[in-house]
Amino acid sequence: MADGEVQTLDYQQRRWHNIRKLLERSGPFCHPDFEPSAEILDFIMNSCKVLIVGAGGLGCELLKDLALMGFKKLHIVDMDTIELSNLNRQFLFRKNDIGLSKAKCAVEFVNKRVPGCEAVAHHCSIQDLDEGFYRQFHIVVCGLDSIVARRWLNGMLMSLLQYNDDRSLDQSSVIPLVDGGTEGFKGNARVILPGMSACIECTLDLYPPQKTFPLCTIANTPRLPEHCIEYVKVLQWAKENPWGSSTSLDGDDPQHVAWVYEKAQERATKYGITSVTYRLTQGVLKNIIPAVASTNAAIAATCATEVFKLATSCCTNMNNYMVLNMSEGVYTYTFAAEKRPDCIACSNTTRSMEIESNATLQAIYDKLCEDKGYLMKSPGITTIINGRNKTLYMSSIKSIEEKTRDNLKKKITELGLYNGADILVADVTTPNTLTIKLKFSNNLDDDMGR
Amino acid sequence: MASPSPKSPEQSEKNKQYDRQLRLWGDHGQAALENGHICLINATALGTEILKSIVLPGVGAVTIVDHNIVSDEDIGCNFFLECSSKGLNRGSETLRLLLELNPAVQGHAVYEPAEQILRDNPDFFKSFSVVIATSIPEKTIQDLAQHLWDINIPFVLCRSVGFLGSFRIQMKEHTIIETHPENEQIDLRLDVPFPVLAEYLDAFNIDAADLKDHGHIPWIVILYKAVQKWQKTNQNRWPMSRKEKNEIKDIIREFIKKDENGLPIEEENFEEALRAVNTALVPTFLPVKIQDLIYSSSAINLTKESSPFWIMCSALKGFVEAEGKGKLPLRGVLPDMTTSTEHYVKLQSIYRAQAVMEAEIVYRKVQEIVGQLHCDSISEADVKLFCRHAYDLHLIKGSNIVEEYRLGNAVTSYIGRYLEEPDVMMVHYILLRSAEKFQSEHCRAPGEWEPEGDIAKLKTCVTKLLSDISCTPFPKDDHIHEMCRYGGAEIHSVSAFLGGCIAHEAIKIITKQYKPVNNTFIYDGASTNTATFTF
Ligand SMILES: [Zn+2]
Repeated sequence: MADGEVQTLDYQQRRWHNIRKLLERSGPFCHPDFEPSAEILDFIMNSCKVLIVGAGGLGCELLKDLALMGFKKLHIVDMDTIELSNLNRQFLFRKNDIGLSKAKCAVEFVNKRVPGCEAVAHHCSIQDLDEGFYRQFHIVVCGLDSIVARRWLNGMLMSLLQYNDDRSLDQSSVIPLVDGGTEGFKGNARVILPGMSACIECTLDLYPPQKTFPLCTIANTPRLPEHCIEYVKVLQWAKENPWGSSTSLDGDDPQHVAWVYEKAQERATKYGITSVTYRLTQGVLKNIIPAVASTNAAIAATCATEVFKLATSCCTNMNNYMVLNMSEGVYTYTFAAEKRPDCIACSNTTRSMEIESNATLQAIYDKLCEDKGYLMKSPGITTIINGRNKTLYMSSIKSIEEKTRDNLKKKITELGLYNGADILVADVTTPNTLTIKLKFSNNLDDDMGR
Repeated sequence: MASPSPKSPEQSEKNKQYDRQLRLWGDHGQAALENGHICLINATALGTEILKSIVLPGVGAVTIVDHNIVSDEDIGCNFFLECSSKGLNRGSETLRLLLELNPAVQGHAVYEPAEQILRDNPDFFKSFSVVIATSIPEKTIQDLAQHLWDINIPFVLCRSVGFLGSFRIQMKEHTIIETHPENEQIDLRLDVPFPVLAEYLDAFNIDAADLKDHGHIPWIVILYKAVQKWQKTNQNRWPMSRKEKNEIKDIIREFIKKDENGLPIEEENFEEALRAVNTALVPTFLPVKIQDLIYSSSAINLTKESSPFWIMCSALKGFVEAEGKGKLPLRGVLPDMTTSTEHYVKLQSIYRAQAVMEAEIVYRKVQEIVGQLHCDSISEADVKLFCRHAYDLHLIKGSNIVEEYRLGNAVTSYIGRYLEEPDVMMVHYILLRSAEKFQSEHCRAPGEWEPEGDIAKLKTCVTKLLSDISCTPFPKDDHIHEMCRYGGAEIHSVSAFLGGCIAHEAIKIITKQYKPVNNTFIYDGASTNTATFTF
């Protein structure tokens, strides 16, 4: 402490002159709560904890942007290690860093470049960190490429919400989430105030459905080079097991990719299909999304500006979703995405599912996977009967899947479910177990078909 | 167990490093980028953020022109400076740290001010693909813009102040073959089938096909047959109206096989045909935009200096007028559809072969022109690419920044129209211009020392500019006040946003792929709003 007192306080240093103008002067467009003062920068530097999720294309940019906006208490989490194909945009990494932890490498670089920055790295998956970890942050900013991980994180922040006795939201439990995503020359950035504005689950329909090829096309009537590659990936690999049955196809192993490429070429030639290339093979195998430095820079910067606004109130936040398209000129559009009153993540209501009384468990399972409000990946369904937990279906553990598979064909009433019964659902898209109340709909066929 | 050893060579190191972007602009786009040379004037935070996103993807070379000495404020907002950079030349320091990003990129730093280079060595600028400038005074903007206009080098003028930013692209002319449109116009020629296609389509008999074959008839054939049937009772016209297209849909529904109860059997190919009625029945046409291009004076009055684009446009005109009978060369791309491999591959080869044939005709015309002009030859691959994208060719005719600063009639009425609306983004443009004027008059940014005192002075600049445009002064001072609050501050995240966008535009200009902004972009980070204006 004695050392610090003789020096200029960190937030008074000349290098922060630019930002101090925004924070120490008032303006006609400021947030109504904004009181200009030198203490705001002190808060940003010495109190405000921000979590950056992902240390990839967006994460590297976010770490740099926020460090230069004055934030010092930064944490960044990423389980990945650095690959050569990251270097065209993830600018904190060099060829020598290949194989090292992205989070650690990024933090080391930025802490060295920006004096005073105290960023902390977490080289692990977001699911490895618990409620207590996430609760310590003032703001979370997310630059992930996986929708499932993004939904999980969203679910985590929603589960931290507390409600008062009158069912109103306890504002102190709200941790704002700023989320960015890019794909090629397109991207989006959004601000989520949990429990108050639309969350990730509220707007699942904004994500384009995944492109898949029907199995019969792949097997019987291939037309495109992609069909040939999919054939080798889905059917031929498992049949031939070129590296033995214990080795599964790895899109990062150049030998594997080359094998698939050659087999796909053979199949294409047989059918008179052209244009199977190595690049395409790799793209299909790894589901590669094109990425470029410029789009990542623009989206991350938009997110960083919003984090700065949230932390300082120097300006009102974006409301609440911006899309960016740089393929024809530079085009942006900002709109207010709407909160779903029955959202499974952010609404404080009991969820219910309408289902026919003679439906099978499969019908519930399908609803959980296909219904726009759920879009789950592999839901595990349990219920409580006479005070005891009973697993109805679970696919994530092989032995349980085998034991419960037959239940899917059974009628839900046979399984002990009734009108008003609760089912408990777990899925990779959320850290929380959802309780859903079954509501039997009338069984009358009012629609006799077309 | 012995490992199989695939014979395919591994990808090159470079291909792996650039894989994610090669999927966007291809190997030829990358080659163009690697031949590019960017000149940046002033390595501000905005300047280095731009270079960062051009160096990473592997531009050939960058040259930084900067005579400034690194200050504390520079270090605070510029990631490509270190504490130890203080007091050193800003250009060489930022260059050193930028080049670390990509060893394949060449770099140079020039310590003279841009004004001096313009005066003493104006040819310096001739070798660049794009010149980008940040933080230069009003007078230099105009001198530089005029010079770059004269020597025909693309110029991007950039600003970042507080939450506001802008860039203005100045190019005399920019032609694009690969625009990468979101929705490509499909080109199937069902209304005017070429002989091989007609023969193939006519050979089908929908009613005679058994159930399996029936489900494999390509929707193109279904559509063609439906129209033929419709034409029998409609004087061989082509269905155009919504009503007529609905009649086509009814015919397609009649084609669908029925089960023993008379209910239609689900057939994906027929569903596809129904969905395609509205888009695929558009008659083959020569887009007005392309007609304007091939009849423009640049395509008609060719010289030895004409670019390959215009030579190919001229050849294209020759094709349209003769062999094409008013139509562009066939695109030769077949969309995916539910059908058997055999049908699909056959149909695809019919379209491809015709497209190759027509492109060859255009290529011969190109060769003739090249022979007459005695200019550099154009490769067959280039002509093929040109024909493949003939529907999407794009021309941007630029304007001189000096004209914008001189406020001629066209410019003032353009600005006036937006201010009447009133468009807040045009208000931001006025503020950015006025702040520039303020800087040249007072040798500091408005509000640089303290905001309140400069409000009246900035207002004078704004009012003067507005009266030059014949507009009334702004009713409120709020935007003027906000500009004074900024005090010329450069905010990193605002510069980072603009840096990403401007780098992107520079890459578009160098690779000649995708359409760049035409020609002015305004960004307001406070309201997360952007706009494009064309001066
Ligand atoms: Zn929600």
